[in-house]
Amino acid sequence: MSEQQNNSAATRPAAVIAARDLTKRYGKTSVVDAINFDIAKGEVFGLLGPNGAGKTTTILMMLGLTEISAGRVSVLGFDPARQPLQVKRRVGYLPDAVGFYDHLTAVENLAYAAKLMGLAMAERSRRIAAALTRVRLLDVAEKRVATFSRGMRQRLGLAEIIVKRAEIAILDEPTSGLDPQATIEFLDLIRELKAEGVTVLLSSHMLDQVQRVCDRVALFRAGKIAMMGSVAELSVQVLGAGFVVEVEADGAGIARRLAAIPGVGNVETLADDRFRMTADRDVRADAARAVVAANGALRRLSVDEPSLEAIYAHYFQATPSGGVRDAA
Amino acid sequence: MRREGSAFQGVGAVFVKELSDNISSVRMLMLELLIVLTAMAALYEAITALRQNTAEDPFLLLRLFTVSQAPLPSFVAVLGFLIPLMAIGLGFDLINSEHNRRTLSRILAQPIYRDALLLGKYLAGLATIAISLTALWLLVIGLGLIFLGVPPGGEEIARSLAFLVIAVFYAGVWLSLAMLLSIVFRSPATAALVALGVWLFLTVLWPMLAPAIAQAIVPPDPRFAALGLDTPGTVIWTQLLQRFSPNDLFGEAMLAVLSPTTRTLGPVFLDQIRGAVMGAPLPFGQSVMIAWPQTVGLIACTIVLFVAGYVLFQRQEVRA
Repeated sequence: MSEQQNNSAATRPAAVIAARDLTKRYGKTSVVDAINFDIAKGEVFGLLGPNGAGKTTTILMMLGLTEISAGRVSVLGFDPARQPLQVKRRVGYLPDAVGFYDHLTAVENLAYAAKLMGLAMAERSRRIAAALTRVRLLDVAEKRVATFSRGMRQRLGLAEIIVKRAEIAILDEPTSGLDPQATIEFLDLIRELKAEGVTVLLSSHMLDQVQRVCDRVALFRAGKIAMMGSVAELSVQVLGAGFVVEVEADGAGIARRLAAIPGVGNVETLADDRFRMTADRDVRADAARAVVAANGALRRLSVDEPSLEAIYAHYFQATPSGGVRDAA
Repeated sequence: MRREGSAFQGVGAVFVKELSDNISSVRMLMLELLIVLTAMAALYEAITALRQNTAEDPFLLLRLFTVSQAPLPSFVAVLGFLIPLMAIGLGFDLINSEHNRRTLSRILAQPIYRDALLLGKYLAGLATIAISLTALWLLVIGLGLIFLGVPPGGEEIARSLAFLVIAVFYAGVWLSLAMLLSIVFRSPATAALVALGVWLFLTVLWPMLAPAIAQAIVPPDPRFAALGLDTPGTVIWTQLLQRFSPNDLFGEAMLAVLSPTTRTLGPVFLDQIRGAVMGAPLPFGQSVMIAWPQTVGLIACTIVLFVAGYVLFQRQEVRA
């Protein structure tokens, strides 16, 4: 583990998931190769990367569903290899293209899972009704899952996590194959979970969606974590500066004042009253103050946030063989 | 490495769900119909044959199970043929269907071990068969009472109960095999085909192949052939080889339990029957002793197949 990672971990709240040199080998092939990361409580953490990069295998190791070849992972302080039941009691998992028993209704499917969780009948009924209301499936609660769309199945999967009252929700490609409306609704549900203090681990290759909900991301490549950090941090690492702020204002010495704002890398004068600057954070508020300080009149202020897609594309073009970086 | 918690946590939930699925499934309904209709036909023939025979028989009820009248085989022979079909029908997609429905990783992400899923499913399958066989058993006793008009004695009930227990063990072998194949093959169709292939081989082909192999091991002695007798060594080897088929073990155990006059299941030598009263029934306990090795063979076969499936399932990737 790098020193940078240690420092980064120290500044974040206590980790609910901590992986140290976590490795999974099939024969001589390492599909997950000595990865290290910490995920803080209440954080939405994204696992990004192409198919076969090792994301799902990492998730399965966290759940104790596949053996760890080397290293270790701790989930809420428990070792998934030795204490899988403790881990599984507290962690909800929504697999990629989640499957349900089509001949059973939504309630029956959830009731079966709730029985496996060990919930008593009265508690089971209460939690299931509440969860179905929450994911807006109460009106189809008694319908067979065979009639459900993919979006409804994904929401039913999330309802199962809600029934469990999981402290950590692991979502593997939850929005793949969903229509835009279903995707928006699903991302809203993820935000609601975060608001309740649930730690969310989201595996996806839908970069824009990950960017919308994740606090930090780890970019997997060939079984290794190639980069890790917030989108802003990654953009600084990969693109130099991630935020592009455009200012349209009158006033004397505005360019000089904008350049003096902490975090601003470069100020380009596009016209007498138009400036474009790159920064490692959103500096619109500082820019507005700078214009006011120059007795100027602010007409327009816009920001282009760093795009994970741009970071991803730039990284893979720049380092085709893949190096390991931690932006945090 | 010692695991925390009980391996059996969740077995009950899996068992109840699977039992409910089995009993309400169309597949099970079809299998039950097939078995009940075939068994009833065999039973009808047996009742017809017995009603023509007015001789006194202390085990009239048991004869319902064993008497056959052409063209139908006896009730027991029909079950010997159909129980594997029922077990294979219930077990060929026990695990691979969870993979194909993509439910396996979701279910195993609940606080249970794989053991619970496997055991719950297996026990539910076995319970389904046991319930069907018990219903069939009650039907036989009821029809016997109605058509023969003779109430069954205590020993007859005990022997027919022993039949029921051994039939469940016999079903256990085929259910274990079907479950093993459902773990090995991801495609239910492949698992079903292989299971049916094994069943046909052991039930139809093996009884023909075993004597040929026995003759290759112990060639027939011309001195016995001249007397019109089988060579003892060849007979012993034939029987030994045939016992590799669960169908043969079941048939022998049934013979010992349901035919009280059966004194041995192998070749008999004169010195072994010295002093025996020919045709006299054996006590129930002794009949069970005769059937015991075959029953243990069936149980052992079930355990071996189940353990093989268990080991494979524990090592299997659960990726949906």
